[in-house]
Amino acid sequence: MEMTVAEALVECLERENVEVVFGYPGGAVLPLYDALYHSTRIRHVLVRHEQGGVHAADGYARVSGKVGVCIATSGPGATNLVTGIANAYMDSVPLVLFTGQVPTIQIGTDAFQEVDITGITLPITKHNCLLKDPSKLAIVVKNAFHIASTGRPGPVLIDIPKDVAQARISFKYPSTVRLRGYKPTYKGHPAKINEIAKLIGKAKRPIIYAGGGVLASNASEELLKFAEAISAPVTNTFMGLAGFPGDHPLFLGMLGLHGTRYANLAITECDLLIGLGARFDDRVVMNITSFAPHATVVHIDIDPAEIGKVIATNVPLVGDVKLILKELLPLIEKVDRSEWLERIKSLKAQYPLSYNRDSGLKPQFIIEQLWNCTKGDAVIVTDVGQHQMWVAQYYHFKKPRTLVSSGGLGCMGFGLPASVGAALAAHPGCKVVLVTGDGSIQMTIQELATMMEQGLSVKIILFNNSALGMVRQLQQYYCQGRHMATHFQFHPDFEILAKAYGIPAYTFRTEEDVIKGLPEVLESPGPAFVNCIIPPEENVLPMVPIGKGISETIECE
Amino acid sequence: MEKHTLSVLVENSPGVLTRVAGLFARRGFNIDSLAVGRTDRDDVSRMTIVVEGDKPLIEQVTKQLHKLIDVIKISNITEDEYVDRELVMIKVAAEPSQRVEIMHIAGIFRARVVDLGSKTMTFECTGNEGKINAFEESLRPYGIKELVRTGKIAMLRGSKFVALSLAQAREAESA
Repeated sequence: MEMTVAEALVECLERENVEVVFGYPGGAVLPLYDALYHSTRIRHVLVRHEQGGVHAADGYARVSGKVGVCIATSGPGATNLVTGIANAYMDSVPLVLFTGQVPTIQIGTDAFQEVDITGITLPITKHNCLLKDPSKLAIVVKNAFHIASTGRPGPVLIDIPKDVAQARISFKYPSTVRLRGYKPTYKGHPAKINEIAKLIGKAKRPIIYAGGGVLASNASEELLKFAEAISAPVTNTFMGLAGFPGDHPLFLGMLGLHGTRYANLAITECDLLIGLGARFDDRVVMNITSFAPHATVVHIDIDPAEIGKVIATNVPLVGDVKLILKELLPLIEKVDRSEWLERIKSLKAQYPLSYNRDSGLKPQFIIEQLWNCTKGDAVIVTDVGQHQMWVAQYYHFKKPRTLVSSGGLGCMGFGLPASVGAALAAHPGCKVVLVTGDGSIQMTIQELATMMEQGLSVKIILFNNSALGMVRQLQQYYCQGRHMATHFQFHPDFEILAKAYGIPAYTFRTEEDVIKGLPEVLESPGPAFVNCIIPPEENVLPMVPIGKGISETIECE
Repeated sequence: MEKHTLSVLVENSPGVLTRVAGLFARRGFNIDSLAVGRTDRDDVSRMTIVVEGDKPLIEQVTKQLHKLIDVIKISNITEDEYVDRELVMIKVAAEPSQRVEIMHIAGIFRARVVDLGSKTMTFECTGNEGKINAFEESLRPYGIKELVRTGKIAMLRGSKFVALSLAQAREAESA
């Protein structure tokens, strides 16, 4: 079939079962948008800023498990994607991004809206390329979707010069991918699996440390079976939350910097640490020498480069978490671990998460009420900061892919656009709640328009403390309370602002407001915006001070 | 710290050198030397990279390199018996009266004269790093005007080799 490269690209997207693309048009992508004009199967979501587009595609991918797609024009369109691409790269989210480029003959001449976006995104993409040969379009797109979604997922960018997009080619979509330099390992080495089964049999105090890889490989069910089979408690990394039921007796909550004290103590006491799809991030490990000091370390991950990168591993195993757990399960011998489980129980009883309800509307209370109202049956999207950690601590995620948040990059402004993508991917009837902060939401607040244009019913819960709370907290502990540039001297009236976008808006100031108002807000059809006035001095606790081991936490006073 | 020589087969695609060099830079790995050239196949290039570091570092370098889609195969040939060569060109100050003496030194290193000026001589010399260093030091007293040195290239000894597997060779070029 003969067609233009732009038309072929749309054809490729349809063959990859892409239903939604997020984007922002411009001169260099005119041919692409002209081709999209004729597509009946692809819904184009016009965002208000390219960063919003890539975050929305990211939120869409995290909830749906599919590849998120985003289009931007050359130059500023492309550079506006950078933060969002870095975010997806850090959290291993499958995205395919298309950028327009100036015509081939102008490349390298500092042409209008020219930027070397493949050069710029080299360190933050799993792969990228500049399409020079029009006949390669189909192969390049096929490879991009394959690379983005397999192995350790990640973003792939394809830069298409305008003249290439207009070139005519004979289109044939390849049925197979042939990449000799890319062959992810899925099946775990049988000898290692046996070795791990034996170690588990001998362990007295095993613990499972599960990360985002469990969600990426859709292994939540296997993880639950595995944990129950070996009677081991499970702690999640931030990225791993929702990969294990939050109300399960074996669940320890999140570990690390703002993890539960009992998770951190259990890690410190364990004799076998089983890392599943986690990367021993610095916010988890804190001080390397005092992390799991008595443990034999088993590390299972699909990315070989993560194994041994941070801490020495006794048994490394490369492969897909789901497949490996499936093979490991029949080898497990039942061992009585009642002593260890008793110890876990007493740690939980001794060091529960707590906060003072002495004065004002406490953010932790709002999250608890959010949990009471939804019981985990909602997609929770967050921004970055204190509110994000309170969600991680006080909301009990029940089902996989119900938390959408920026983990590795810690990217403020992610929440609102991500909630747009999440709402488009969520099952009809599934509530989508954005918990955000007054700092974060103002970074990408323009996407309220996208949300309304698309008719999405996101419930926005704004934690408003007139401050950049997380940094203010850091200044309290590490700068002797010198709060520099962390208190907003001016705020818009968020209620009026939301109403300007046509969103019903409320302000909650007391616990009664929340108890009465939150269920109503969540049950109402359509979007809603709740401005919650919370005390600016509230801290995220527990907290491991810089340089300390994870067992040495600052607790709620 | 030991030096490791990695023989890396990569797709002969635009930007592959930037990908590899960029990876080393941003992960804080030091490249001691780097030599790139086409192999017997048009679609495959070979990079010979010398990296300084302990075992865990070299392991991390190798694993990170493997993550690049354009990297097809990596061998740490330092783990085996191998031969390596560098090429140097040295322009040395040489008054006509000194020429014979300098030629004598060059003879010891089996270096060849490739150019002659009124007051300079230019030599080429190949060999391993030690030999090249020794040749350089021998000429230094006369005054080195210019020195150009390639990165190291290396190859396994005997019948072992670093090449594409049959399956890899059969697979069509990637994007």
